Amino acid sequence: MFGWFGRKEQSKDVARDRLKLVLMQDRMALAPHTMEQMKDAVIMAISQFVEIDEKGLEFEWKGNERSKALVANIPVRSVRRRVKTND
Amino acid sequence: MSEAIVITSGKGGVGKTTACANLGVALASMGHKVVLVDADIGLRNLDVVMGLENRIVYDLVDVVEGFCRLRQALIKDKRLDGLFLLPAAQTKDKTSVTPDQMKQLVDQLKEDHDYILVDCPAGIEQGFKNAIAGADRALIVTTPEVAAVRDADRIIGLLESSGFDDPGLIVNRLKPKMVAKGDMMDIPDIIDILAIRLMGVVPDDEYIVVSTNRGEPAALAAEKSKAGQAFRNIARRILGEEVPFLDLNEQETFWEKLIRLIRA
Repeated sequence: MFGWFGRKEQSKDVARDRLKLVLMQDRMALAPHTMEQMKDAVIMAISQFVEIDEKGLEFEWKGNERSKALVANIPVRSVRRRVKTND
Repeated sequence: MSEAIVITSGKGGVGKTTACANLGVALASMGHKVVLVDADIGLRNLDVVMGLENRIVYDLVDVVEGFCRLRQALIKDKRLDGLFLLPAAQTKDKTSVTPDQMKQLVDQLKEDHDYILVDCPAGIEQGFKNAIAGADRALIVTTPEVAAVRDADRIIGLLESSGFDDPGLIVNRLKPKMVAKGDMMDIPDIIDILAIRLMGVVPDDEYIVVSTNRGEPAALAAEKSKAGQAFRNIARRILGEEVPFLDLNEQETFWEKLIRLIRA
């Protein structure tokens, strides 16, 4: 009965949402390069404040098809007393 | 200053060849010297869409391999001054040409023509690499369907990593009534997803089937078809004009509306 006034889910919204998800996955899979660059950038940023163990570094995507999270496990050797600038 | 434009899509069957033929016709009718290059070696089609299939003597591979001069392989379209076709070979495959050879060929064509439109094969392999090799800019054709938009996204990524920074999008076969009912993705959805510049929207049009049957691209007689008009508008945008997008909204009839409401 609600059909007369309420709206059924439109198939174009289903299409759009499915596309957004599948493209998120496609784009990630396509960019191993980007992942490396991002890793390097994060190491650089964090190294200003703490000394990290780069060998033990883990960096990966977690989650399901609904949402993605970037999970980084960064072992810290020590905290720097003075902030180190990279330049 | 001449320009080479590759027309590509990733997915097959979305209307690359039709777009290429119609844009060529439109640009030539506006007084420009245009050559259409069929880069789909082994599966040539631009010749039949253009209605020039009976006049092929030499093809692209003959030129590249030195069997004939470039000028001998160009087919002149008798309907419009300044419109030429360089057909693909039908009995060879995509590996008979390299990207370097394609670039040379396109550069040579630029000497005598204002616009070189390259009809790219479907896929992302060698044929695609050949087709984009000599191009200055790229147009991507898609339809408002999940599979076509997904492939367009992949192609945009590949084009960007090959140095094409501002590709344009043509959305082909839009069905305004389905969009109005919410049963087809609309242009803002597609542009939002692909984050790319819109070059044109071509409505689904039965006249395209008729014109392809006859080998007479719709843009030759644009007054007969909305799709033909849409392609002419895209051609003007290629030339740098600001052209408003066609109003594709067809009003639902009373009965259609009633049936839709009852079904909802």
